[in-house]
Amino acid sequence: MLKKLSIATTVIAAAALSGCGEEGTAGIAPEVYTDSLFAVMKSDRTNYTKLIVQRLGPNKGDYIKPNEHWEDMEEGAPLPAQMFRYGAEGVAEMTDTFTYSLQSIWPVNKQNAPSTAMEKEGLKYIADNPGENFYGTEELGGVKYFTAVYPDVAVSPACTTCHNEHKDSPRDDFQLGEVMGGVVIRVPLS
Amino acid sequence: MMKKKIIWSLWAVSTTALLGYLSMGLFANEKKDLFLPGPVMHGHHQVEMQCSTCHTDPFGGGEVLQDACTSCHAKELKTALDSHPKTKFTDPRNADRLELIDARFCVACHLEHQPELMHPMGVSEPEDFCVHCHQDIGEERESHVGLEMTTCGNSGCHNFHDNKALYEEFLLDHKDEPDLLPTALLPTTDQIEVKIKTINDQSIPNQFELSDPDHKKWLASDHAQAGMQCQHCHGEVANWSSQPEIEVCADCHKDETDTFGLGMHGFPWKQGLGLAKVSDSFLPMHSDAVHKEVDCQSCHGSHDYDIQQAAVESCLGCHDDTHSNNFKASKHFQLFEAELNKEVQVGSGVTCATCHMPRMKIENEFGQEKLIVNHNQSDVLQPNEKMIRPVCMNCHGLGFSINALADEKLIKNNFQGAPSVHVESIDWAVARDK
Repeated sequence: MLKKLSIATTVIAAAALSGCGEEGTAGIAPEVYTDSLFAVMKSDRTNYTKLIVQRLGPNKGDYIKPNEHWEDMEEGAPLPAQMFRYGAEGVAEMTDTFTYSLQSIWPVNKQNAPSTAMEKEGLKYIADNPGENFYGTEELGGVKYFTAVYPDVAVSPACTTCHNEHKDSPRDDFQLGEVMGGVVIRVPLS
Repeated sequence: MMKKKIIWSLWAVSTTALLGYLSMGLFANEKKDLFLPGPVMHGHHQVEMQCSTCHTDPFGGGEVLQDACTSCHAKELKTALDSHPKTKFTDPRNADRLELIDARFCVACHLEHQPELMHPMGVSEPEDFCVHCHQDIGEERESHVGLEMTTCGNSGCHNFHDNKALYEEFLLDHKDEPDLLPTALLPTTDQIEVKIKTINDQSIPNQFELSDPDHKKWLASDHAQAGMQCQHCHGEVANWSSQPEIEVCADCHKDETDTFGLGMHGFPWKQGLGLAKVSDSFLPMHSDAVHKEVDCQSCHGSHDYDIQQAAVESCLGCHDDTHSNNFKASKHFQLFEAELNKEVQVGSGVTCATCHMPRMKIENEFGQEKLIVNHNQSDVLQPNEKMIRPVCMNCHGLGFSINALADEKLIKNNFQGAPSVHVESIDWAVARDK
């Protein structure tokens, strides 16, 4: 059963909890909600990339082999993009109040290229406007969503080395600090 | 007025009778075919009349059916490192794709009771179903330009679920292997660790004294050598069981009986429908075997527990298809005979069980691994590329294995000769890697 986030419901609940008994307009704005979710995602993603993949992977310690087929390798470790996807899949098993995915207009796996009109617009916007986010609404499968797109930046040589050298990557000139893709967060609206 | 009463009474009686007849059909096994919308797929035919195996809740929808699928197949998909798990499709960005095929549910592609739609592997979707998501593959892979989407799943290329032996990096890692590896040996299974219970009353009912030849067989068995006694399987004299059931074997051989219950040999037993009957099989069987039922003893023997007998003769005692009947003319069988004669190293011989009940690693809930004989003979059968890593690659190179399993004639004659088929997957992977 789809549980849709109702901003209005949140507002009413917040008002009731505050004891004022009035339906106000205060509450969590959708972009604040998705910004907060993104903050957690970005922090975890950066930490895994820097503290595990960069430090222990072939760029430095060479103790682990970050690889798409890590489960099939003795010293394999999930790629940062896979780690992010596993998080999204785990969340999807617990709640349907939001979903998220990692995409790029220069994807290694072509299935991670933007597919909806809003994804295409959002991914282009964050690539053209470094440091900015993108927000909008779209309808998919008969459900209306608040959709936010956040820049995914190369935070470590682990990102640029792998993407520049991968035979399926459409680019070989990513620079540290550059936007390589985007995190798309969707919140169903009632 | 009277006429109306009679008509109404007739209606009430006939409706009640019909209701009773149909209700009986719901609860009595022999009448369930009244409600069967069509035959089930081959893999499920043994439980066709036990609707509740899949329809676990009369009020359930797709999720209930999905749970039924995963209750049997989830572990298999996990082991296969499933290339298309449900989690890949749950994001709303896939909404337009799900309108074409709702890949979150097994029945989207494996629709039951629709034999007229069935393709190999129990797939009910048209064979070019990959086109829905991968229509642009020619833009990514030069080698794939112009290929028909019906050819994706050709033997040796791709499978929807299990690509463990077919993914590009694996192909490259094994690209230079010879047809026959320098060390061609099967792995040794891990020892079964069991604490043998002390038997207090060692007497047995007089009428069950073993004949001399059977007693000699028993004394030579691994069970007797390990210190087991009659009572460990038959029970003490007060509760003597002349024919111990599978559950008794499961006390010590849990992994073997667990996997047995997942294959065609043990599925009816696991589902509470009694032992599988040879006569119920859809495969060609010897006429003198049709009275047999399948349990541990039917293959391993009742006292000698001969694993060599179970690995070849027991199979050939029932199975009467071309592939089985050609086995004894194969090099694989010659190696098995040579091993029995101690002419080659232990592990060199290849039996029916080597390929169909392979020695495979399993992992428990704590992540500990052990090597067992997988008694689910369906596990690596279809698609046959599932056999490449746990079976063929113990002795053969990857390229040879892919080609051999893509060669239907070679499979029929039980691998007498070299593959006449060449699958280009390794060539394409190498060309793209340059």
